[in-house]
Amino acid sequence: MYQHTRLTTNRLNFFQKFRNYDYVLLICILLLGFISLATMYSTDGGEILFHTKSHFTKLVVFTIMMLIMSFINIKYWFSIGYLSYLAVIGLLVATYLFGITSSGSQRWINLYFINLQPSELMKIVIILCLAKYFHRMKLENVNSIYTILTSLIIIILPMGLVIVQPDLGTSVLIAISGIAVLWFAGINHKYFIYTMLGFVISLPFIIAFLKPYQKLRVLTFLNPDRDPLGAGYQIIQSKIAVGSGGIFGKGFLKGTQSYLEFLPEKHTDFIFTLFSEEFGFVGSAILLVIYVIIIYRIVAIGANCRSYFAKIFCYSFGAAIFVFITINMSMVLGLLPIVGSPLPIMSYGGSSMLATMIGFGIVMSARVHNQQMIA
Amino acid sequence: MINSSSDNVKKLNSINRRMFITGSLKFFIMIGIVSRLFFLQVKENKKYLTLSDKNRIREWKLAPVRGEFHDYFGNVIAGNFEAYQLHIIPEQVDDFRYVIYRIKDLLELSDKEFKKVLKKKNEIKPWETLIVSDNLDWQKFSKINNHLYDLNGVKPVISISRNYPFKENFTHLIGYVSQANQVDIEKTEVIKKNFVPGLKVGKVGLEKSFEEKLIGSNDIERYEVNAYGRRISQLEFQKGEKGKTLRLTIDTEVQKLANELLKDQAGSICVMDIYTGDIVAMHSSPSFDPNLFVFGISKDDWQLIRNDPMKPLVNKTLQGNYSPGSTIKPIVALSALENGIVNTKFTVNCRGHKHPMELYGQTYHCWKKEGHGFMNLRNAMKQSCDIYFYEIARKLGVDKLSETAKKFGLGKEVFGDLFSIEKRGLIPNTQWKKNALGQGWLLGETIITGIGQGYIQTTPIQLCLMTAQIGNGGHKIYPKIVVDDENKQDPIDKFSPLYQNYRNIKIVQDAMFASTNEVRGTSYKSRIDNPEYQFAGKTGTAQVKKITEKDRELDLKTFEIPYEERDHALYIAYGPYKNPRYALSVIVEHGGSGSTTAAPMAKKLFKLVIDRHKIRQSINDKKYLEI
Repeated sequence: MYQHTRLTTNRLNFFQKFRNYDYVLLICILLLGFISLATMYSTDGGEILFHTKSHFTKLVVFTIMMLIMSFINIKYWFSIGYLSYLAVIGLLVATYLFGITSSGSQRWINLYFINLQPSELMKIVIILCLAKYFHRMKLENVNSIYTILTSLIIIILPMGLVIVQPDLGTSVLIAISGIAVLWFAGINHKYFIYTMLGFVISLPFIIAFLKPYQKLRVLTFLNPDRDPLGAGYQIIQSKIAVGSGGIFGKGFLKGTQSYLEFLPEKHTDFIFTLFSEEFGFVGSAILLVIYVIIIYRIVAIGANCRSYFAKIFCYSFGAAIFVFITINMSMVLGLLPIVGSPLPIMSYGGSSMLATMIGFGIVMSARVHNQQMIA
Repeated sequence: MINSSSDNVKKLNSINRRMFITGSLKFFIMIGIVSRLFFLQVKENKKYLTLSDKNRIREWKLAPVRGEFHDYFGNVIAGNFEAYQLHIIPEQVDDFRYVIYRIKDLLELSDKEFKKVLKKKNEIKPWETLIVSDNLDWQKFSKINNHLYDLNGVKPVISISRNYPFKENFTHLIGYVSQANQVDIEKTEVIKKNFVPGLKVGKVGLEKSFEEKLIGSNDIERYEVNAYGRRISQLEFQKGEKGKTLRLTIDTEVQKLANELLKDQAGSICVMDIYTGDIVAMHSSPSFDPNLFVFGISKDDWQLIRNDPMKPLVNKTLQGNYSPGSTIKPIVALSALENGIVNTKFTVNCRGHKHPMELYGQTYHCWKKEGHGFMNLRNAMKQSCDIYFYEIARKLGVDKLSETAKKFGLGKEVFGDLFSIEKRGLIPNTQWKKNALGQGWLLGETIITGIGQGYIQTTPIQLCLMTAQIGNGGHKIYPKIVVDDENKQDPIDKFSPLYQNYRNIKIVQDAMFASTNEVRGTSYKSRIDNPEYQFAGKTGTAQVKKITEKDRELDLKTFEIPYEERDHALYIAYGPYKNPRYALSVIVEHGGSGSTTAAPMAKKLFKLVIDRHKIRQSINDKKYLEI
């Protein structure tokens, strides 16, 4: 009963919030941050250079930001659901109009203190938006044409803005984040099955509409040896690096593939390759375990939340993080074609880390305020 | 409120059910990722480890150090010296045009040489080594080194290169080395294996024959490289093996004398140990400086050598097919004796040009206008009477003659397949003529074969071997040039007798002795009376064209005849007569008669060869002492 009275007041003091904290999740995130710093140090050739410093700064700033976010009531996050979505859409439009072009695509926008990649933020914000959208909806209304259409528009709008950058990989990841919410919101599983079937059937047509470099990626994925020094180079070198790591790896700072610069994009998308080369199967397995614990904690927090919004957000965020991780790893291990998708927290890149940390922040907030009801 | 709460419950049920489905899906996907990691890192680890090493480790081969040639006494006759070279790898040069013009100025390259370098650059791949200059003098080399700061990507290299200190003395025997070309690489496995740009390989002679032993093996440098091919660190330096040094049976002093004797003349001299078969000297004249070829011969030098009418490029000792002339007579005599056609008492009357031998309307003259009178075998050999040999050849028949000649090593390669260029000469018989020319053998042809004219052809080395085998008492020997050539076991028939009756050999030896050491002997003038040096020989004068009646009437002196029509002068000999040890053959192309041109050379050679014999023996004794 005491609890109830406490809940009705809806006010927790600072120390109560601390008691509610999920320390396992926090420790795992910090551990991951530490590992990512060490790996970044290795990509810099065993010196503290630009990437390590920059990654460290971002890690500290965004971790503090996450901690602050977690002390803000989940109600507040619920309230800015649509607003944040619209803001990021605005940023995407701005990117389309005045974005910075780099290596052939216009993905970044200069915000004076940071070069932001809004498409990364969209991966999280779309969950926030859709979670709010479905929060109050009655289950029987969920499958109405109106709801489905609205939610599809919410998903397709940012997708379109990202595709024109062009950045197919991220737009697919945004879609996956959105679809995860639709799935947990209870949209009839038949729709998912039909969409899947439709996708498989239309695959040949989709491929026909792909850009040449995207087609090349698919062909390369099917047979990396068709152009070992060109399109297949990344994936072949990545597999060599991972494979040569063995059970215990080549040792910290001793990954020859990365040191001798055979690994492309080793700071960003291929960071796991470097980690895996230096720490081997055992190290990779430990890293995977950390990720699994994080996802498990997110889902567990969701399960213990009273509000439907927090629940749906946690579940969807957990699923999305899982998908990001698996897509990145599958790509690096040669199980999927190369799509630009960073490994959360590990990869160098502020926007991706910001987005992930925002997600963690909201999840933490949900944990701290797990008894909070949202009308 | 109730409604809403029941709806909430339904929603919670739905979301939890879906969470359960998602959770199990995640589980299976995770298993997939882990098993992929296991597959790559544990199961296929070896494969990827190899690939990773292949990525990062690259080998650089350096030219191997070629084995040397030493003479019998250990003097270097083909050695190595340090050559200063200039290499460029075009890929590593930022501004090739600038660098190459800078080099042109520094080295004072002529436009022609410069164009050649540019042409070479276009022929090679950008990552291959371009050798701008392969033999710089020290001054230019240091000049380049002083300007290195300005010449990015240029590498001054000290490389080991071939050197022939005795220049033209050994050219035909040893041959020379030059840059390996495509054919060399394709044909010879060992060259392919050891190939690096600028590798020099044997082109002719022993350099070519013993390529496999001489070439050695590459030094190998293993470097760790990065993805762009830049060397990061040296992992290993594997010292290659120097090629084997070959010790030859040649005596440089004798070889030098041979070269001197044949100076400005075309011909060949070979000297052979009649028991061991060691070649003491083997020279073909005129010769040329093989050092010219090591770094690529210039066009002018090449034209000079190629267009010389005396044909320096031909190794006359092995490739020269000559009519043996009268030098075949010891074999004809021996064959006749062996086959019981004649004995020492058999006589033929030589009556001079007025009464030549007549056969089916053809006449056969003796070289001596006045005739020799009654000749037995010893006298006929001594004075080289043609009529006598016409007669015994007629009685003997060409088939029996060719049998004996072949036994003594004529008509086939002396060195087997050691030299690819060696000619086998020609010992004709009836069967051969039928097969080769499709005609029957004529008796007249037998008759001229008896004095070494007609189809019969021999190489100087064959004549030397023949003489050696007569000199050693008619025993088979196998000539050799390389001491301790472990590949070559002594054949079982070494020293097997080539005669049926030893007395016959003695008769021939005695006749040859008479020819040199008795009055009226054809080479009497070139004799040495001191028994220590005394030798036995046979002169030969091979006609280059048929002597007509008109020529016979004119009876011109050698110097009055145009060079190409002069007779070849031949001489074969062995000595010392008591305890013989060495045999030699001398051929001077268009040198006139054997007795005036070739035999005096033999005299000088024997003096030296026999003087050197003691030294040669002492080397052997020392060798045994060391053991």
